[in-house]
Amino acid sequence: MSLITPDFGLLFWMVVIFGIVFFLLAKFGFPVITKAVQRRSDHIADSLQAAQQAEERLANMAAEQQKLIEQTRVEQSRILKEASQAREQMIAQAREDASAAAEKILEDARTRIAAEKDAAIKDIQRQVAMISMEVAEKVVREDLRTDADQLALVERMLEESQRAGLS
Amino acid sequence: MKRWLLIVLFLLPSLCVSAEEFDMTKFIFGHIGDAYEWHITEIRGREISIPLPCIVIDHGVHVFTLHHAAEHGYTLNADGKLVNAATGARPIDISITKNVLGLIFNSILLVLLILLCARWYRRHDVLKEKPTGLAALLEPVIVMIEQDVIKDAVGPEYRRFSPYLLTAFFFILINNLMGIFPVFPGGANITGNIAVTGVMALFTFAMVNVFGNKHYWKDILWPDVPLFLKAIPIMPIIEILGMFTKPFSLMIRLFANMLAGHIMLLSVIALIFLTAALGPVLNGSMTLVAAVFGVFLDCLEVLVAFLQAYVFTMLSAVFIGLAHQQPEHETN
Repeated sequence: MSLITPDFGLLFWMVVIFGIVFFLLAKFGFPVITKAVQRRSDHIADSLQAAQQAEERLANMAAEQQKLIEQTRVEQSRILKEASQAREQMIAQAREDASAAAEKILEDARTRIAAEKDAAIKDIQRQVAMISMEVAEKVVREDLRTDADQLALVERMLEESQRAGLS
Repeated sequence: MKRWLLIVLFLLPSLCVSAEEFDMTKFIFGHIGDAYEWHITEIRGREISIPLPCIVIDHGVHVFTLHHAAEHGYTLNADGKLVNAATGARPIDISITKNVLGLIFNSILLVLLILLCARWYRRHDVLKEKPTGLAALLEPVIVMIEQDVIKDAVGPEYRRFSPYLLTAFFFILINNLMGIFPVFPGGANITGNIAVTGVMALFTFAMVNVFGNKHYWKDILWPDVPLFLKAIPIMPIIEILGMFTKPFSLMIRLFANMLAGHIMLLSVIALIFLTAALGPVLNGSMTLVAAVFGVFLDCLEVLVAFLQAYVFTMLSAVFIGLAHQQPEHETN
């Protein structure tokens, strides 16, 4: 039966045809395709890994950003607090300085007023003394031309001082 | 061709050949066997067939068609092979028979398909574009066979063998599928021919044994068994036999499966012709049954066409993988 006895002609042609097909496909067909597919699947794997890394980095960055914002906020509040403290201090200082200066000016004015008052009083006293001396001189020169007048004056003065002592 | 016959019968009932005796054996073997011409059909007693060149080497090369065989001194023997009319001896016969023409046609088709697919990958950047057209059709199959079958079975060295195994897979697949396709370029029972499957098995045999490593040969000639089993070389003989039974089983499996599929399909179609003499009622109902079974078997054959190509590739890959195993432990 020819069914299970391989025919030589067909064997020959099959070897030739399959050989040619094998050569063509193994040289120009499948390696091109499988290499391209491999390249793509490598690329996909790489891309996936890169994407994962990027995602991780992004998550890290977000956390870092959050941390930075937090830090900035703390810094800001610290600076604000310091500024307000400084302002308060400066205002207090200025107030103190101003009140000290005002005090000093007042003191100066007071001493000057006092000095000027003293000087004026002294001046007035001197002038009063001078005037009274002049008046006394004029009065004395008129009354004490005679010895009797001089004696009468001394007498009166003694009497007056005695009265003062008695009373 | 069987389905085509069926359709012709439905459309042109006047062509029904009910009068003459139906020869079942001739019908089936005419379809599954090889022939020196491609018989397409017979309309009103006139044969329609494509003549093919007979090439015979016998004291020089003779090329002729079957009709002119007698002029060159050749005739057909009982098996339908060309023999010398005078002596009855078989010459060296490398005729382009039906199966050879089918092989050539299917091979051109396969090479075109794969090279066009490869051309897409040459012309496009795979990192920027997704495959379209032919590449999109073939890529999943190629990737499936390479990654799921070849890579798993052969092991780390699979890249060296994947071109052969992929070629074997697609070669068997396209010939299987064209075998079920009923109209002219298809319909030849190529993978159901033992010469074809034998050559395929031979290639696998060569792939396994030419590239087998040291461990593989040591396992065959001096296996890891008690000494008395190899002093009288029982195990080496069994192992050497095993070298040949593996590709032999590949050859028989593919051949028998495809042949059986064709015979089943043809038998179901033949029901129509067999019952033609039994009256129109029986013939009509059997025609319906044959059509339904024919559709079912055709679907089954599509599955088998893929499955047998897959099995052949997988087993070849396993055999190649076995020839590349690394020793697990050394003999003491």
